[in-house]
Amino acid sequence: MTENTFTIRNLKKIYGHGDTAVHALRGVDLDIPVGEFVVLLGASGSGKSTLLNIIGGLDRASEGTALFRDRELTTMSDSELTRYRRDHVGFVFQFYNLMPSLTARENVELVTEIARKPMDADTALALVGLAERADHFPAQLSGGEQQRVAIARAVAKQPEVLFCDEPTGALDSTTGRAVLKVLKEVNERLGATVLVVTHAASQAAMADRVIRFGDGQVIEVKVNETKLTPEQIEW
Amino acid sequence: MSPLSIKLGRDLWRIKGQAVAIALVVAVGVLLQVMQTGLVRSLDETRRAYYERYRLAEVFAPVTRAPVHAAVDLRKIDGVAAVETRVAGAAMVDLPGAAVPVRAQVASLPAQGAPRLNDVLLTDGRALSGERPDEILLLQSFARAHGLKPGDRISATMNGARHDFTVSGLAVSPEFIYTTAPGELVPDDRRFAVLWMTRTALEAAFDMDGAFNEALLSLSRGTEPDAVMAEVDRLLDRYGGTGAYHLDDLPSNKFVVEEISGIKRTSKTVPPVFMAVAAFLLYIVISRLVDAERKEIGLMKAFGYTSWEVGAHYLKMVLVIAVGGAVLGGVLGILAGRWMVDLYMLYYKFPFLLFRLDPSSFAIGFAVSVLAASAGGLLVLRRVFALTPAVAMRAAAPADYSRARPLGGWMGRVLDQPTRMVLRRLARQPLRMGGAIAGVGAATALGAAMASLLASYDTMVEMSFGVIDRSDVTVTFIHPIAEQSRHDLAAIPGVIEVEPIRVVNAVLRNGRHSYRGAVNGMTVAPRLYRAVDADMADIPIRADGIILSTGLARALDIQAGDRLTLDVREGRRPIVEVPVSGISESLIGSPAYMEIGALNRLLKEPLRISGAFLRVDPVRGDEVYRILKDRPMVAGVALKSESRAALRKMMDQGAGAMRYVMAVIAGVITFGVIYNAARVAQAERERDLAGLRVLGFTRGEVAFVLLGELAAVVVLAMPLGALGGYWLNLAISAGFSTDLYQIPASFGLTGFGQAMIVVLIAALLSGWLVKRDIDRTDLILALKNRE
Repeated sequence: MTENTFTIRNLKKIYGHGDTAVHALRGVDLDIPVGEFVVLLGASGSGKSTLLNIIGGLDRASEGTALFRDRELTTMSDSELTRYRRDHVGFVFQFYNLMPSLTARENVELVTEIARKPMDADTALALVGLAERADHFPAQLSGGEQQRVAIARAVAKQPEVLFCDEPTGALDSTTGRAVLKVLKEVNERLGATVLVVTHAASQAAMADRVIRFGDGQVIEVKVNETKLTPEQIEW
Repeated sequence: MSPLSIKLGRDLWRIKGQAVAIALVVAVGVLLQVMQTGLVRSLDETRRAYYERYRLAEVFAPVTRAPVHAAVDLRKIDGVAAVETRVAGAAMVDLPGAAVPVRAQVASLPAQGAPRLNDVLLTDGRALSGERPDEILLLQSFARAHGLKPGDRISATMNGARHDFTVSGLAVSPEFIYTTAPGELVPDDRRFAVLWMTRTALEAAFDMDGAFNEALLSLSRGTEPDAVMAEVDRLLDRYGGTGAYHLDDLPSNKFVVEEISGIKRTSKTVPPVFMAVAAFLLYIVISRLVDAERKEIGLMKAFGYTSWEVGAHYLKMVLVIAVGGAVLGGVLGILAGRWMVDLYMLYYKFPFLLFRLDPSSFAIGFAVSVLAASAGGLLVLRRVFALTPAVAMRAAAPADYSRARPLGGWMGRVLDQPTRMVLRRLARQPLRMGGAIAGVGAATALGAAMASLLASYDTMVEMSFGVIDRSDVTVTFIHPIAEQSRHDLAAIPGVIEVEPIRVVNAVLRNGRHSYRGAVNGMTVAPRLYRAVDADMADIPIRADGIILSTGLARALDIQAGDRLTLDVREGRRPIVEVPVSGISESLIGSPAYMEIGALNRLLKEPLRISGAFLRVDPVRGDEVYRILKDRPMVAGVALKSESRAALRKMMDQGAGAMRYVMAVIAGVITFGVIYNAARVAQAERERDLAGLRVLGFTRGEVAFVLLGELAAVVVLAMPLGALGGYWLNLAISAGFSTDLYQIPASFGLTGFGQAMIVVLIAALLSGWLVKRDIDRTDLILALKNRE
């Protein structure tokens, strides 16, 4: 039997209550095996980001269970969630969220300083092809470069899971492909489970597994038998 | 309502905490402005009106004994508008049940009708009737302090003889607004009385039949008083005139005037500090808002709003805060003014004192706060104007730190990333950080200087009553008596030590500087009342020169070694030159000291004393006072414990209340500065902070990144506050020292510590408020929404 990074059962998320209640997740069941590259697709408001936020330890479910390996995420305290994010999870966001007052290397070190078994900051930057830009501040980097620093920062702690919320959303397709390439490499070389939320359906072609969301539910789970390389993807 | 107005309302609501903090700073500035100028106006106008209505004299001319017809000559002096003569003197009121006799001043009133000058205001009972010589009017405050009413009987000793009187009425007088017993600083209603009697009765009591011993003069408008006083002195010389003096030298008036000019000084210096702080804060807050609303500004411009319309929107926000603060400050200023007026009435015996709002002060405070705020706002408007719709609609690039230097060397090895973030931010906006540091520093300085001022008052009391004056009782005689009388005092059971003193009224002159005071003739090595230097070491009293107190030396602009003209105003009234042999530290009054024998030789009155300091067995104190009360030559008995208690009480009520006011003010500024700095930093870095939380930083670690910056501001402000407080304390002590009393500059750790505690509390409070919000930050929202 394949080991799962996440085992999700009947997961629900309701914002507000009464008449104004919004059902962001209406009972999601999912298994995400270790080491897979997973793409989550769906329209705005379909629930994909909500799921990412809950299993990323940023938000809490209203009902149901979500296991990270054998640990229950939905019952964790605030400080346990902080610990979880610190030790096991890496994040990449649409808007990079680098600290403007720290250089590329320092942004990576921000994480390696508090991680349990981090890789060297320069190694992480080399992984994303930015070794020579290490001493630049975010304001001196292009959008693609900033996103690659963000990825280096996310992978430097050698996380078990890497969450990417619209990582190419703010980038042109050429730069976006470079970013996807880095994500794929991280997945293959470090063995991290990678979850990518995206609007761009074409990116699903490079995934091991594609999960399609609609109206707070999983509509379809597809395992790709053949995968494209990032370079082959168009959007 | 236009959409922009609705937006204005909502924006204000969103930044309500900051708006309130800034409005409070503005309010305190306007409060002080309104309260102080209102007080000045109230005191000044009431004083003028009171003086005018009760015809207070402008020139006072004491004389030993002048015939009534001498007044005719005085009236002929050019510029003299009116002349009144009277008999005045000292008395001792003997109250049943009181061990210590009360010192009093007596003055005559005409038997018929009101006096031409120095009229009194009858508050209770009825006026003196010409027929009954045993009737008196009594100073209202004294009567009330002892529960005396019209119809009551009291006895008093005048000129060595005891008289019984009936109180016909109670009165107040512009001559006695601030009533202190001679030589004392603080009024004590219980211990100083003024008695008014008919001229006939007082002539009899002081052997002044057909004569007067004080002339009062009022001058025509525009008359130079110096010329008149010189002429008065010339005319009264042959009758033993002891020197005319101007209203400016009347003790009561002097105290009132000093008080008024003291308030004037603060009202000119303190409120501007608040306005500057408020302008700075508004600038920071609004510029932050404009940065955050780039998109909205771009959108409005894209819709066709002009730069002016958009700018006006933000300017209105500034104005709402400033006007709100100014109105609040105005109202609080009036309330505080009324409260202060009540406090003043405890010490200044005006028949009435209404807080009179000076409309111009309100207008000025209002205008200044609005202008200062607008100045802050206008700087921001430049940015609004500079934004083009296209630029504004694009997301702002990450803040550029590329000019920040990489932290290499040991710092690179030692500092963790959060600390680097704190340091780089401090370095990136040096002006803003400098402003915040200056603001907190100013608050600390203000608080520290005020707290130190209170310590200075403590030093003043301790030095005056513990070091300089070590006696228990001061006895003064009706007139100088033979030196042997000291043995009579020493013989009173319970008296442990007697030290004679000869006080001689004199005008001290140095070039164009002159001071109307007295010279104290003392023994060579006095033990009970001493002259001390700055280190509190005895200065021996010398026969070949005069020792001046620091205040006096300053007033006369003279130094040790210089020569001083001593214009003695009693006895044979010699004018002599004496060398200044030393300068002594003195905090209350401006005494001058000389060896008693030498002083008597100057006067050609050997072996005379005019009073004595006594040390008394505390157990037998009452017995001693009772005996002293019955000695006919004794004009007054003063207990040091009572003078000291009165001074303490005033400091606790007046200055003591000020301590809390200043603490609140320092707290308000600090809170305003820190809270706003914290809020702005938080808003600017919400995403950064949320990002850190997502990366796995704990709340505490995230708070460090934000609050570390504020802690750095507070820490850097401390030395600035200490330095500023030190200078401010020096300036305040010098500014508030007069020849009536000197405030020693004593900037100590205690005062600084107290100010620091207030600042730290304000800083912690704002830190806590902001931390609460950091903890509540919605991680997802913060990351998703790019401003």
